[in-house]
Amino acid sequence: MINSLWLIPALPLAGATINAIFSRKLPRWLVSVIACGAVGASFVVSLLAFFAMQSTDEHHRVFNVSLFTWIPVADFKVDVAFLLDPLSALMLLVVTGVGFLIHVYSIGYMDAERDDGYGHFFTYLNLFIFSMLMLVLGSNYLLMYVGWELVGLCSYLLISFWFHKPEAASAGKKAFITTRVGDFGFGLGVLLIFTTFGTLDFADIFAHAKLIDQSLITIITLLLFAGAVGKSAQIPLYVWLPDAMEGPTPVSALIHAATMVTAGVYMVARSHALFELSPFSSEVVAWTGALTAIYTATIALVQMDLKRVLAYSTISQLGYMFVAVGIGAYGAGIFHLMTHAFFKALLFLGAGSVMHAMNGIIDMRQLGGLRAKMPRTYITFLAAALAIAGFPFFAGFFSKDEILASAFATGHTAIWVIGLITAGLTAFYIFRAFFLTFHTEPRWTTDDRRPLTEDDSHRSSVNGHRSVHPHESPAVMTIPLAILAVLSVIGGFAGMPKVMGANFLEHYFEPVFKPHDLHLAASTEWMLIGASVAAGLLGIALAYWFYIARPTIPVTLARRFSGIYNLLWHKYWIDEIYSWLFVDKGYRLAMFLWQVLDVKIIDGAANGLGRATAALSRVTRSWQSGYARAYALMMLIATVIVLGWLILR
Amino acid sequence: MPVDYLPILVMIAIVTAFAVIALTLSAMTGPRRPNPTKLSPYESGMPPFGSARRRFSIKYYLTAVLFILFDIEIIFFYPWAVLFRDLGWFGLSAMGTFMLVLLIGYVYVWRKGGFEWD
Amino acid sequence: MSLSVPDLNFRVIAPALIVALTALIVLLAELVTPAPRKRWLGVLGLIGLLIAAGATVGLWGAPASAFGGMVVADNFGLFLTLVILLGAALSILLALDFVRAHRVDQGEYYVLVLFAVVGMILMATATDLIVIFLALELLSLPLYILAAFKRADARSLEAGLKYFLLGAFSSAFFLYGIAFIFGGTGTTNLMKIADALAKNPRNDLLLVGAGLLLVGFAFKVALVPFHWWTPDVYDGAPTAVTAFMSVGVKAAAFGAFFRAFLVALPAFAFDWRIVLAALAVLTMTLGNVAALLQSNVKRMLAYSSIAHAGYILIALVAMGASGLSSALFYLLAYTLTNLGAFGAVIALSDGERERLEIRDWGGAARQYPFIAAMFAIFMLSLAGFPPLAGFTGKFLIFSAAVETGWAWLAVIGVLNSLVSAYFYLRPIVQMYMSEPVPGWDRIRVAPLVALALVLALIGVIALGLYPTPAIVMATGGFLR
Repeated sequence: MINSLWLIPALPLAGATINAIFSRKLPRWLVSVIACGAVGASFVVSLLAFFAMQSTDEHHRVFNVSLFTWIPVADFKVDVAFLLDPLSALMLLVVTGVGFLIHVYSIGYMDAERDDGYGHFFTYLNLFIFSMLMLVLGSNYLLMYVGWELVGLCSYLLISFWFHKPEAASAGKKAFITTRVGDFGFGLGVLLIFTTFGTLDFADIFAHAKLIDQSLITIITLLLFAGAVGKSAQIPLYVWLPDAMEGPTPVSALIHAATMVTAGVYMVARSHALFELSPFSSEVVAWTGALTAIYTATIALVQMDLKRVLAYSTISQLGYMFVAVGIGAYGAGIFHLMTHAFFKALLFLGAGSVMHAMNGIIDMRQLGGLRAKMPRTYITFLAAALAIAGFPFFAGFFSKDEILASAFATGHTAIWVIGLITAGLTAFYIFRAFFLTFHTEPRWTTDDRRPLTEDDSHRSSVNGHRSVHPHESPAVMTIPLAILAVLSVIGGFAGMPKVMGANFLEHYFEPVFKPHDLHLAASTEWMLIGASVAAGLLGIALAYWFYIARPTIPVTLARRFSGIYNLLWHKYWIDEIYSWLFVDKGYRLAMFLWQVLDVKIIDGAANGLGRATAALSRVTRSWQSGYARAYALMMLIATVIVLGWLILR
Repeated sequence: MPVDYLPILVMIAIVTAFAVIALTLSAMTGPRRPNPTKLSPYESGMPPFGSARRRFSIKYYLTAVLFILFDIEIIFFYPWAVLFRDLGWFGLSAMGTFMLVLLIGYVYVWRKGGFEWD
Repeated sequence: MSLSVPDLNFRVIAPALIVALTALIVLLAELVTPAPRKRWLGVLGLIGLLIAAGATVGLWGAPASAFGGMVVADNFGLFLTLVILLGAALSILLALDFVRAHRVDQGEYYVLVLFAVVGMILMATATDLIVIFLALELLSLPLYILAAFKRADARSLEAGLKYFLLGAFSSAFFLYGIAFIFGGTGTTNLMKIADALAKNPRNDLLLVGAGLLLVGFAFKVALVPFHWWTPDVYDGAPTAVTAFMSVGVKAAAFGAFFRAFLVALPAFAFDWRIVLAALAVLTMTLGNVAALLQSNVKRMLAYSSIAHAGYILIALVAMGASGLSSALFYLLAYTLTNLGAFGAVIALSDGERERLEIRDWGGAARQYPFIAAMFAIFMLSLAGFPPLAGFTGKFLIFSAAVETGWAWLAVIGVLNSLVSAYFYLRPIVQMYMSEPVPGWDRIRVAPLVALALVLALIGVIALGLYPTPAIVMATGGFLR
C-alpha cells in the first residue's frame, strides 16, 4: 500500500487534467463527479496508507518512497520522493478529507456559475489539492518548495476567480505579492540549507543538524519561518488573508482556512529538528504567533463582514498553532491544525450557505433572524462556534487547552495570559457573529416583485436593503456541513488531556516528535482547564448580553470609545500604511526607472509609432534616427565605463 | 618596438605639411574672380539641375553591390593562380567549390532579374 | 616550394556544411518553385536541419578539432548545435503558415534562416577569434534582413535598420577587441591566447581587448546596458523572426562568449567576473522591472529575454563545470519555452492582425483552451515555476553560483525570478479570468504551429519532470 503513495497526489492531478481539457464538453454532473471522485479516491488511498502505516512496528513508522532521481547536480541529487510518517499521514487525511467535503459542497455553491467557470473552478480546486499533497508528501525541501509555490499559484487563481470584480483582482494581486515576500525568505532558507548541508533531503539534514553551528541554524530557521509568516498570514504579512475573502467561499474554507494557510505550521513542525536546535528562533515563532493571535482577535471584534470576521479569526487561530510549535509542543500545534480545519471550514461553509441564501449578502448589518429560515445551517454553525470558543468537550476545547497548558508548563506565562485573553475574545467575536446572523431581528426585506438574475447571486455585496428570500441550502451543501459538525464535536477526543484520559494523538506522533510531557500536577492541569473554560464562557456570555439582552450597549461603547473603535474598525490602519510605504514607493521607483531610463531617453517614439497617424509617423520617424544614435551613444558610454573599470581598477 | 613605427610618423608629418603648404600657397597666390558659371558644380558639361540631396533608385545600389561582389572574387584568384602548380588538385578543387558557390549566387541573381534595370 | 595543407577534417564541421548545402539547394529551388508551393522550401529546409542534427549526434562523444584549431566538435559545441538546430526547426514550423498570413511567402525566408543557422553553429564551435567574428557576421547579416523581411511594414523595416546599424557598431567593438588581443599575444587562437597569458599575466593591451570583446558579446546576447535595440527589434520584427532570433542568437553568442572567456581568458577571471556579475545584476533587474510595465506581449517577452540573459550570465560568472552545464541546460530550456511562448502568439493571431496587447488575450482560454493552456505553461516555465523546464534551469544555475561562492548573486537571481512571476502571470489571468474580447473568435489555428507548440510543450514538461538525461548530456564540456 505504501508503494502506491504516488496515487494520492496523482488522482487529483488526473482529475484536474481531465477537467482542464474536457470540462467544456462534459455535462456538469460529470465534471463534479470527476473532481469530487478524484479527491474522494485520494482520501480512500490516504486512509489505506494510514492503516498500513499504523499496522507496522511503532519504531519504523517512517517510510521514504523514492520514485526517481529528479535533478542530479554535480555531487548530490534531488529525488522525487514521498515521505509517509504520522505527521504527513495526518495532514493527508485532513487535506483529502476536508477537501473532499468542500468539493461536494461546491457542487451546490457554484451551481449558479456559468458553464466553463464551473469547469475551471473544479480544475483549480483539484490542482490545489494536488499541490497541497505534494507539499505535505515531499521528502525534501525542494519538493516542498514545489508544492509551496504551486499552492500559492492556485490560491492566486482562486482568489481572483471572479476577476471582473476589481476587489477580487486586486485581492489576488495583494495575496500574491505579500506571500512572495515570505517566499523569498523561504527560498533563501532552502538555499542556505543547501550550502550548509549539501543536500535538501529531510532525513539527511535532520540527522546532521546537530553538527552545525547554532547561529547558522538560527538564520536558516528564521528564513524558513519568514516563508511561514507569508503563507500562514502572521504579523507582519497577514494583510492579504482578509482580502482573500473575495474568492468564492469554498475556496476561503479550503485554502484560506483549512489547508494552505496551515502549510507554514506544517513546515515548522516538519523542520522541528532544526527549530529545536535554535531556542531563539523558537521564541520568535511563539511570540509572533501569540501577538498575531491577540492582535487579529481584537480586529475581529468589530468587523461587520461575516467572512472577514472569520478571516481574522483564522489568522488568530494560526497564531495559536505557531505558539504551539514555537514552544516545542509540535503535536499540540498539529492537533489544533486538525480541529481548526474541521470547525473553521464549517464556519466558512456555513457563512457560504448564508450567502447562498441571501443572494450574496455577507454584511451582518443586513442579516439577522436566519435561525428559523435555515435550521440546518444554524445548528451546524452553532456547533462550530462552540468548538472555536473552546466550549467544554468540543474539538477546539481540547486542542486549545493543550496549547495553553503547554505554554504554561514550559514557563511561557506571558504567552499563556495572552492566549487566555485571546480565547475570551474569540468566544466573544464568534458569538457576536453568530447572534447577529441567526438571532436578532431580520434586517432584510422580502420583495416578490423584483426578479433576481443569476448574476446577482454571490457576486456583489451592495450596501442598503436588498430583497431576498432566505432558504435552506440544498442537501449537497448541508450534508458536508453535518459531517464537519460531527467532527467539530467529537474531533477533540483524539487528544484529551492526561487528567481526563489518554492522549492518543501524542502517542501517535511519537515516531516523529519526542513525547512532550508537561510535568504538571493534576490540580494545576484542572486549574488551567478551568481558566480557559471560564474565558470562553465569559466571552459567550458577554456576546449574549451585548447583542441579545441589551443591544444598545455596543453602540454606546462604540460611541464612548470611538478612538479605539475606529482603530479596530480600520484594522489599525495597517493596510493604508503598507500601501503608502511599499506599493506607492515601489511603484514609483519602478515607474521612475522605466520612464527615465527607457521611455524618456529611448523609447518614447518607438512606443507611439504603432498608434501614430500618418502625419505623426513622419515626425516620429525623423526622431527615430536620432534615437538610434542615442542607443549607440548609450552603448559607447557603457563601453567606456567597462573599459575604464577594467584598466583603472 | 615603437621605434619601428618612426617612419610612419615621419610620413604623416610630411603628408600633412605638404597638404597645408599647397593649399596655403594657392590661396595666397591665386587670383579670385568668381562668377556664377565658375561657382556652379562641374557636371560633365551638362547644365546642373536640382539638388543632389534626393532619393536615388535602389537599383543603383543593387548594381553597385553586385559589381563589387563579383569583382572582388577575382582578387582571390591571384594568389591561387600564382601558386597554381604547388597547390595542385587540392587547390583546384577548393577554387572549384568557391566558384560553384558564387555561380549559384550568380544564377540566383540572374533568374531573379537582378541584372535587369526594369 | 611546398605547402602544407591544414588538417581539413570536414567531418568536424559536417552539421554546418549540411545546413549550408541545404541553404544553397533551397536558394536554387526557389527559382523553380511556383508561388503557391513555397512552403515546400521550408519543408526542404526542415529536412536539411534534421540531417544536420543526425550528423551532430554522430559526432557526439568523440571531441575533435579541425582546420588548424579553428573549429572543434566537442560536446559543448555539439550540445549548442543541437539546441540551435532544434530552435531553427521549431521556428521554421512556426513560420510556414506565418509567412503566408503576412504575405511574405518567399523561399528566401528559409534560405536566410538556414544561413543564419550556419553562422550560429560555427560560432558555437569556433575556437579562433577570427572564425568567431566571421560566424558572428554570418549569423547577423541574414537576421538584419529577416528582421526587415516584412517590407510593407514600416515597423519591420525600422527594426531591421536599427538592428543593422547597432549591430555594425558593436561588431566594430568586437573586431577592435580581437585586434588588441592579437596585438597583445600574437595569436587569435583561444588556446594559444591562454598559453600566452599564462606566461605574461599582466597585459593591459589584452585587458582592453577582453573588455571590447565583452562589449561585442554583451550586445549580441542583449545585456543591460547594451540591450537598447532589443525591445524595438523584437517588437518590430515579424513574430516568427523574433522567435527565431530570441533563441538562436542567444545560444550561439553565449556559446562563443563562454568559450572565449573560459578557454582564452581564465587568467583574467578575477577582473571580468566582477564586471560580468555587475552586468548580470543590472540585466536581470532592469529586464524584469521593465517587463513589469509592458502591456504589449512581444515587448514583454523582449524584456523577459533580456532578464534571462542575466540569469545565464550568472552561470558564466560561476565558471567551472557546473556553471557550464547549467548554462547549456538553461539555453535548451529557454529555447523550448520561448519558442513556445512566441508560437502561441503566432497561433492565436488572425492573419496579419496579432494579439499583441495583453488585454487582447482576454477569455482566450474559453475560445482556444489548448493553445491557452500551452501558453500558460510556457509562461509559468519562463517564470521558473516547478516542475517545468525553466525551474530546473534556474535551480541548476543558482546552485552552480552557490557552489562556487557567488551566493549573493544567486540571491539576487532568486529575488528577480520571484518578481518576474508577476508579469508572466498577467497574460494567464487575462486568458482565464476575463471576458473574451470581441473580434478574436474566428481564428483557425494552423496545424503545423500547433505541432510546434506541442513539441515544445513536451520538451518543457519533460525537462521539468525528468531532466537527468539532458543534464548528463550538458556536462560534456570543452575540448581544450
